[in-house]
Amino acid sequence: MAPEDAVPTARKVRRPKSARAGGQMHGGPIAYIILGVFTIVSLFPLVWTAIAASRDNNRLAQNPPPFVFGSNLFHNLDVAWNDANLGKAFVNTTIVAGTSAATIVFLSTIAGFAFAKLRFRGRGALMLIVIGTMMVPPQLSIIPLYMMVAELEWTDQLQAVILPSLVSAFGVFFMRQYLIQALPDEIIEAARVDGASSWRVVWHVVFPAARPAMAVLGMLMFVQTWNDFLWPFLVLSQTGNPTVQVAVAGLGRGYTPDQSLIMAGALLGTLPLLLVFAIFGKQIVGGIMQGAVKG
Amino acid sequence: MATRHDTAAPPAKEGGAAPGRPAPVPTEAEQRHRARLSRRWQRDKRWSPYAFVSPFFLLFLAFGLFPLVYTGWASLHQVELTAPTDMEWVGMRNYTRIFDDDFFWNAAKNTLTIGIISTVPQLLMAMGLAHILNYKLRASTFYRVAMLAPYATSIAAASLVFVLLFGRDYGMINWALHFVGIDAIDWQNDKWPSQFAVSSIVIWRWTGYNALIYLAAMQAIPQDLYESAALDGASRWKQFLHVTLPSLRPTILFTVVVSTIGASQVFGEPLLFDANKGASGGAEHQFQTLGLYLYEQGWVNQHLGRASAIAWTMFLILIVIGIVNYVISRRLRASS
Repeated sequence: MAPEDAVPTARKVRRPKSARAGGQMHGGPIAYIILGVFTIVSLFPLVWTAIAASRDNNRLAQNPPPFVFGSNLFHNLDVAWNDANLGKAFVNTTIVAGTSAATIVFLSTIAGFAFAKLRFRGRGALMLIVIGTMMVPPQLSIIPLYMMVAELEWTDQLQAVILPSLVSAFGVFFMRQYLIQALPDEIIEAARVDGASSWRVVWHVVFPAARPAMAVLGMLMFVQTWNDFLWPFLVLSQTGNPTVQVAVAGLGRGYTPDQSLIMAGALLGTLPLLLVFAIFGKQIVGGIMQGAVKG
Repeated sequence: MATRHDTAAPPAKEGGAAPGRPAPVPTEAEQRHRARLSRRWQRDKRWSPYAFVSPFFLLFLAFGLFPLVYTGWASLHQVELTAPTDMEWVGMRNYTRIFDDDFFWNAAKNTLTIGIISTVPQLLMAMGLAHILNYKLRASTFYRVAMLAPYATSIAAASLVFVLLFGRDYGMINWALHFVGIDAIDWQNDKWPSQFAVSSIVIWRWTGYNALIYLAAMQAIPQDLYESAALDGASRWKQFLHVTLPSLRPTILFTVVVSTIGASQVFGEPLLFDANKGASGGAEHQFQTLGLYLYEQGWVNQHLGRASAIAWTMFLILIVIGIVNYVISRRLRASS
């Protein structure tokens, strides 16, 4: 930061919002030490996954545990990739997460717009239901869903995973919060006076205004669906037609699992999302905080 | 974007035709046309909100509400996984059966203890971290992103890594502990260590996420409150106690509710932490949670009716927790 920031400004001067939002007091060395420790704790298991994946099983069964990279990484990645059917799993997960995220973003934006900006009878009650659905644990629905899937003979098919994940109460809530402040009423009124139908308003006014929030929600939902475990684990087999998480979990099975292979699989399963995070981390952080303020 | 809206600036209000200009007399056809347009416009205005929210509610009905009710219905029947459509009415028997099952109470107790040792430290640490992140810091975005990286890691990958880190003989944590003179701990087979290990996966994944939620709420607190507290001579700790915490009460409540729901459903972590790769939550069920017990009854023992009864019991427990939360928060609000 620029050194001027450290100079205390006069009390009366209103600082720019960003400066105030960042907190006025500077963190001392203790703050940096604590943050450093937490950063290491957060990142270490991920780094160590890569280290373990670059070793062989025997080396992992020795003390001290390995702290530096070995030479087996590509061999292990190769074997894990083929053993766990990871190629297919990646395609599957991309389809599932992509479809879910896109649908959730679209449906959440139009519903969030209605809740944020349109007056209609029952709005308050319906919004309460949306918030209430966030409280219903998913375990409650898996048994009938499983029966439905069995009845329709969708076991091992992707639509069994996609269909139940097309709605998100959180998404509706998130878009509503965003649109309340990001979309001035006057613009909608103006478009209405010009004779625009509701769909035109959504298409030409709401979507452009909501684009940043839609991008963030899309990423959040993609991460969430990509990492989803319970339901795909129940309806997809671990070798036939898995998602990445189901395939990775399957690597740990068997009587004498090869730990370095498991770590290679775990690494492969995590890497795409970590890349997304490395690139869009700032936006995702902003999105979570954006959604949280009025939570 | 802005320019487009600018051109769409609102003209004068309804009936805003300039007074000086004589209004042209519309023909009858034009009038009918206008009336039709206006009717269509009215209809659009009236019904489009429902069109916008209905996809959500239809999907929710199909994949949320219907299953919820149907699970309750199934819990009163004997249903087997092998023939999910053959349902035989048994009344409350599934409930009495699970309440008589020691493993149910064991799982309920484990869910409670794992829930407490994962949620309480997680939220406390998140609060502390948020407080620190609220200071002016160099590279503050870096810490936030790094702290959120575990959130991008799946349960499956995280659990498998933690199994290795918590290994009894060659795990890194025991290896580090021996330097401070602590003997190897059997993280998978001893009750409390295994519950702690399972909780640590939850803590690791969610602390950063909750810290960001607290941070967002902290940044919404007006600085004037701190300034006036400082003028009154309040120390930083006092400011935290008397300004930050009260302002965060709704957010804290929100995270407590969300974490409680999450904790009641813990499933993937104990499933994958099991050395026997079963659904029993360790050789002696030492870390079997209700979620895992439900899975064991439904998909291993194939009693879907009983599994439904477990699901509904979990739901009822959550409702009770929700009511308690609500009462407490009302009391708190009333007393302040």
